[in-house]
Amino acid sequence: MTTERKPILTLRQIRKSFGPTEVLHGIDLEVYPGEVVALLGENGAGKSTTSNIIAGGFHQSSGEMTWMGETYSPNSPREAINSGLVLIHQELRLLEHLSIAENVFIGRWPSKGGFVSRREMEQRAQAQIERLGLNISASTLVRGLSTANQQLIEIAKALALNAKLLILDEPTAALGGAETELLFKQIERLKADGVGIIYISHRLEEIRKVADRLVVMRDGNTVENFDTGDVPIRTIVESMVGRDLNQMFPAIPVPKDEICIEVKNLSSPNGTFHDISFSVKKGEIFGIAGLIGAGRTEMVRAITGADPIAAGQVFLHGKDITPKTPTSSIENGVVLVPEDRKLQGLVLDHSIEDNIAYANLSTISKFGFIRPGSIKKYAAAGIARFGVKGSGGQNAGEMSGGNQQKVILAKWLAKDPKVVVLDEPTRGIDVGARSSIYEIIVELANKGIAVIVVSSDLEEVLGISNRIMVMAEGKMTGILDRDKANDVSVMELATAFG
Amino acid sequence: MLRSRVGASFLFGGSTGPLIGLLLLCFFLSFTTESFFSLRNFVNILDQITVLGILAVGMTFVILIGGIDLSVGSILALCGMVMGYFAKELGWSMEAAIAVGLLASALAGLVSGSLIAFFRVPAFIATLAMMSAARGLANMVSDGHQIISFPAWFNLMAVIRYGGILTITVGIMLAVFVICWAYLKFTSGGRSLYAIGGNAEVARLAGIKVKLHTVGVYVFAAVLSGVAGVLLGARLDSVQPQAGVSYELDAIAAVVIGGTSLSGGTGSLVGTIIGVLIIGVLRNGLNLLGVSPFMQQVVIGLVIALAVSIEALKKK
Repeated sequence: MTTERKPILTLRQIRKSFGPTEVLHGIDLEVYPGEVVALLGENGAGKSTTSNIIAGGFHQSSGEMTWMGETYSPNSPREAINSGLVLIHQELRLLEHLSIAENVFIGRWPSKGGFVSRREMEQRAQAQIERLGLNISASTLVRGLSTANQQLIEIAKALALNAKLLILDEPTAALGGAETELLFKQIERLKADGVGIIYISHRLEEIRKVADRLVVMRDGNTVENFDTGDVPIRTIVESMVGRDLNQMFPAIPVPKDEICIEVKNLSSPNGTFHDISFSVKKGEIFGIAGLIGAGRTEMVRAITGADPIAAGQVFLHGKDITPKTPTSSIENGVVLVPEDRKLQGLVLDHSIEDNIAYANLSTISKFGFIRPGSIKKYAAAGIARFGVKGSGGQNAGEMSGGNQQKVILAKWLAKDPKVVVLDEPTRGIDVGARSSIYEIIVELANKGIAVIVVSSDLEEVLGISNRIMVMAEGKMTGILDRDKANDVSVMELATAFG
Repeated sequence: MLRSRVGASFLFGGSTGPLIGLLLLCFFLSFTTESFFSLRNFVNILDQITVLGILAVGMTFVILIGGIDLSVGSILALCGMVMGYFAKELGWSMEAAIAVGLLASALAGLVSGSLIAFFRVPAFIATLAMMSAARGLANMVSDGHQIISFPAWFNLMAVIRYGGILTITVGIMLAVFVICWAYLKFTSGGRSLYAIGGNAEVARLAGIKVKLHTVGVYVFAAVLSGVAGVLLGARLDSVQPQAGVSYELDAIAAVVIGGTSLSGGTGSLVGTIIGVLIIGVLRNGLNLLGVSPFMQQVVIGLVIALAVSIEALKKK
C-alpha cells in the first residue's frame, strides 16, 4: 500500500492461549480503509480466534492492537461495536418475526420519550438498505427474505452502527452465484465509502474476485501475504495446507452397468420441484447442480423420505420404494447426509458416540437393550474408519466442520447403505478436509454404492461426478456426461429458465 | 477425582452437584435435629416421597424430549376417582377398578400426546387443557365428593412394613425408579428420547419415530400419574377429586433440581431421584426443625433457584 495511507486497524504480535495450548503465535495484520483483506486458512488455522479478538469476543494473551491510531483493547463485543468494528457471523442472527427496520436497530431502537419511533426507525433503516442497493421496504418482515438479502440486512445492521470495519465470516456460504455477485457489488460500494473489510471464506474462486490483499494463516501463524487478490488458486491452497497439492479431486471410479436407484416423474406438493426423472447406477457418482432455490435440496430430501412427495415414484433395483418417512427410506438403504449439519445432522450438545449411535440404535441393541459400552465400541469403528479427530466422548458441537461431517458420514455408513445422498457435503469445510471427504465419496462408489451429490460449488460437482444433472426453477434442464460438462455448459442449463 | 471412581460416575454421572447438596443437607440435619438420623425417619421420608417420586419419573421422560406436562396432578385425581367409582359405586373388584383407573389415565395421556405430536399443539397448552379437563372429569365422577373405605388390603399396602422397612407402595416406587433408569440408559428406546430432546429433526432424519415416541412418553407419564393416584388412595384409604393440586409443579421442581434441562436432551433419572430426595428431606427436616409450612415453601423456592443457577454457572 502507499505510504500516505494509514491503516485503520493493526495487530502486532497477537498471541492467544486457551489454557495451556497456544493457538495464535504472534499474528501481525493491518487493514487500510476501503480495502478488502481476505483472511485465508484451513479450519483451526486461527482465523476465527483472530477475528474474535478483533471483535471483542476474546481477549488476547499478549500483543497489541491499534484502532484509528490509538491503542485498542475491547473487553466485549459491545465495546468493539461502539468503536465501529463489527463481526458478521456465518450463521445469520436475525429475528425472523420482526421487520427489517427493527432488526437493523435492534437494541438501539430510535425512541422519543420511551416510545419507539417507528417512523424514524423505518426511514433510517430504509436509507441504510438503499445504500446497499436493496429495493425492499424496511417494514417487511425478515422471514421470507432470501438468504442473500438477509446477509445484506446483517450488513445494513452493522452500517447503522457506523461500522468502519466489517469482518465477514463466510458470507457466501449459503449464497448462489447471482446472489454472491450482488453481495460483491455492495462490497464495492462499502469500499468506496472507506469501510475496511476482513473477508473470511473457503471459496477461493470468489476471493480472487473480491479481495485486494490476501493473508494466509496456518496453525496460528500468518504464513504468507499477497499484495493482490489475483493469485492462482493452486498457489493459495498450497500455502494454506503447507504442501504441494497434486490433486484436489481423487480419480473417480467407473460405474457398474446395473441401475441402482431410479426416480420417475417426481413432483413436490408445493411446486419446489416438478416431474424429475433420472437413474443412478451402482458405483456411480451423480452430481446435481443448479442455483440456490432450484429445488435440488427439496428433491433429494423427498427421495430419502425427509419431505413429502406429491407424485412420482422411486425404485431401488426395480422395486418401488417410494418413501413416506425417513425410517422407511433408511430401512431400504437410502440415506441422506443433510445440508445443514448443525440443524439436521447432529445433536450438537451430545457426544460423538451418541450421535453415531442415533442412526444405528437397532443395530447396536439386542431386543431393544443396549449393553454398557457397546455404543462406545460401535462408534469407535466409525471414528477410526473416517479419521475423525477427537475422542468419542467429546461433544459434537466442539468440533470443526470437517470433523462434524465425518461424524455424520460415520453415522450413516456404518449401515452399509445402497444409496448415499450428500447435500452440500463440503459447505463451510476447509480445503484440506475437503479432499478427505472426496476420498470418502470415491471409496463409497468403489464399493458399488450409488452416490448422489448436491453441490453449489461448481468446481466440486465437475471434479467429483460421473454425470451431472442440472436443475433450474424446480425442473430438470439436462444431464451432462463428465466429458461434456464444464462450467459454461452447467451454468447455461442452470440459468435456462422458463 | 470423582471421575476416577468409575462406579460413582456410572450411577451419578452428571448429577454430582445435586448429590453433594443432598449429602450436605442430610449432614446438617443430622446435627441440628435429634430424630433426623434414624432408620425410622428415613423410612418415613421414603413414604412421604412416594407420590412425588413416581410423578417426577414421568416428568423426567417428558422434559427429556423437550416437553412439559402440567396435567399430572389432575390425572392423578382422575385415576383415583375412576378407581373409586368402579370399586364402590359399581362394586367391581379392587384390582379391576385399579386397571380401569390406569386405563383412564392412559387415555388422557393419549389425548394430550396426540395433540402435541399430530396437531402440533405446544406441550404447555395441550397439557394445560388436559389439566383443566381431567380435573373437571375427576369432579364429575362423584359430583365433587370423596369416596372412602376400600378393602383392607388396599390400605395395608401403605401400612405394613415388610422386614420392618418397605411398604408395598414404597417398593413400587423403587421398582419404577430402577426399571425407568435402566430403560433410559440401556435401551434403544431410552436413547431415542435423548436424541429427540437434543434435536427432533436430527432424530427424525436418523429414522427415529419421533411422533410415536412423543405420544408414548405422554401416555407413560399419565399412567405413572395414575399409579401415583392409586398409591395416594392406598395411603389415605380414600380418593378425592381435589387430590394432587399443584403436584405437577413439585414434580417439575424435582426434575429441574436434579439437573435435567428444560430445553430437553440432557439429564438423567438419577438426578431426578436425588431431586425428589432433596425436596423430601428438606420438607421432613424443616418439619423436625419446627419451621412453619409457609416458610418451607420459601425455602424450597430458594433451593430451586439455587440449584438451577449453579448448573447454569457450571456450564459457562
